[in-house]
Amino acid sequence: MSIQVRNIHKQFGNFTALDDISLDFPTGELVALLGPSGCGKTTLLRIIAGLEQADSGSVLLDGADASATHVRERQVGFVFQHYALFRHMTVYDNVAFGMRMKARGQRPSEAKIRDKVHELLNLVQLEWLADRFPSQLSGGQRQRIALARALAVEPRVLLLDEPFGALDAKVRKELRRWLRKLHDELHITSIFVTHDQEEALEVADRVVLMDHGHVEQIGTPEEVYRHPATPFVYSFLGAVNLFHGRVDGDDLRVGEDTLAHDRRDLDHGAEVVAFARPHELEIVVDPQSTAGIAARINRVLSFGVTARIELDGVNGSTGQHFEVELTREQVKELALADGQLVRLLPSRLKVFEQPGAQA
Amino acid sequence: MAGATTLKLGGDHAARFESRAATRETPLVKWTILAISLSFFALFLLMPLIAVFVEALRKGWDTYLAALIDPDALSAVKLTLLAAIVSVPLNLVFGVSAAWAIAKFEFRGKHFLITLIDLPFSVSPVIAGLIYVLVFGAQGWLGPWLAEHDIRIIFAVPGIVMATVFVTFPFIARELIPLMQAQGREEEEAAVVLGANGWQILWHVTLPNIKWGLLYGVILTNARAMGEFGAVSVVSGHIRGETNTLPLHVEILYNEYQFAGAFAVASLLAMLALVTLVIKNWVEYQAARSYRDQQDIPS
Repeated sequence: MSIQVRNIHKQFGNFTALDDISLDFPTGELVALLGPSGCGKTTLLRIIAGLEQADSGSVLLDGADASATHVRERQVGFVFQHYALFRHMTVYDNVAFGMRMKARGQRPSEAKIRDKVHELLNLVQLEWLADRFPSQLSGGQRQRIALARALAVEPRVLLLDEPFGALDAKVRKELRRWLRKLHDELHITSIFVTHDQEEALEVADRVVLMDHGHVEQIGTPEEVYRHPATPFVYSFLGAVNLFHGRVDGDDLRVGEDTLAHDRRDLDHGAEVVAFARPHELEIVVDPQSTAGIAARINRVLSFGVTARIELDGVNGSTGQHFEVELTREQVKELALADGQLVRLLPSRLKVFEQPGAQA
Repeated sequence: MAGATTLKLGGDHAARFESRAATRETPLVKWTILAISLSFFALFLLMPLIAVFVEALRKGWDTYLAALIDPDALSAVKLTLLAAIVSVPLNLVFGVSAAWAIAKFEFRGKHFLITLIDLPFSVSPVIAGLIYVLVFGAQGWLGPWLAEHDIRIIFAVPGIVMATVFVTFPFIARELIPLMQAQGREEEEAAVVLGANGWQILWHVTLPNIKWGLLYGVILTNARAMGEFGAVSVVSGHIRGETNTLPLHVEILYNEYQFAGAFAVASLLAMLALVTLVIKNWVEYQAARSYRDQQDIPS
């Protein structure tokens, strides 16, 4: 089933949680709502579920306006960050709950319920835990049970609110892969909320990036990572190096240094921010060179496959920190030492005009 | 009223503190503190309790039983039970709904409601009784109207029941509010998304989660309802065989120098108190156990 939201606006006191949000979630896709905490992603998810009421705008489920439909009639599956399992019920009773709450005419027989519960517990690979209580399960197991419980009522859409947020890193990674696999089997339209960019990029078909109640960019993980539309998206998806500068012909003036750029459409004198990922910076050790940004090496961290070099800006960009990723061989070749003065040369530079800051 | 769940949790910690040389107090300190608290306990709590039973049986079993099956005593028992039977369910419904409203919803005047719930605790029971006399008494606001319709509240059973309801108002609500606040709304939200309606949520999700706290509140309410003296005394009028509850009956007997009878009836109340304590401890134990079971184990 498809989900559409139209011009959703939500205010909490003076705080605007969602500002005129319109989105389409096509049938069968797994979409991530990604953004920092407080960006409105969870509020949007709860509005779609009906647990929260939008101040204005509408939610369309399968093309029909669901704004006036009660939560229990929306047929959504909702998975909570802290599982929200019924703690006084066994795993079996938790999963059976939704079916048992149906009106008498539609309620399946206990035998049917039993089959369904076992089928779902099989699906989440936890059949052997049917008689346990939630307190006897690990976090990862609880979240899988919560998912089985949500699926028991055969929801038309599945909404997951930071489903792996309360789990430790290793379990989180496992469950991510598992969720993706499950979605590939079930093809149920799913939206999950996360603040973890790696999680979003790894699991989702499409990513919706949100910040301060606005949608910043929508696209496949590849698109948003390769072609970030805004400075926010760029800096949110992975480590970045940031340069504040001013357009000067083919150059950007950053303090006393210059960088080459390829944005021909910018006016002379325009204030810009330029981004480069750590692996897109080159270190030039030649003391005679005047290209790039001057910086001083602070620390060389060479564990792992690649080495990370932390640098402090000098000349004009004092107080700024940079990060460069090189192979260990390159580090050895360049013979980098702490405290050494070098120059940073971006191999790829993404330039954004800073709105409202034009000279 | 500190909450049934919090009381039983200190035990393990204290034992660990005691068994370690590094944290153990000297025997002198330990025994001094123990001696002070135990002698205080013996003098002010245990001795009166024993005295009640000793005095009650001073003139032998026959007098004791005679005092208990006296028609006035029996009618006092009946009235006390009636007051408890009416006020406990009323306060149960009120307590659950007030706690629900306060813990799960945001609304104007919430703090006012919380303060108001505490009113019966902060005001003297005698004042509580007087309020009812001023409102429903013959010279009160509603007095003439009530007289016209031949409804008797003050110096009659309805007044006693109302005064009892008033003084036992806060017990259940006070017990449940922190409990429900701590539990949050997530389980109920999960239930509604799964298609449960309001009654189903109350019955299958909310009540099972608060059952021990609720039971604890009911026990306290019941104990207070049966033992209340001040407020009931003001509205009762002390009509023998009609508007006397057990505590009032004890007072009347005592004032008439029927000490054995007074203590015999008092021993009933004392036994009620002991039974209450036993049940209360059991509930606390159960609550602490289920609380421990529900604690998150690290994932």
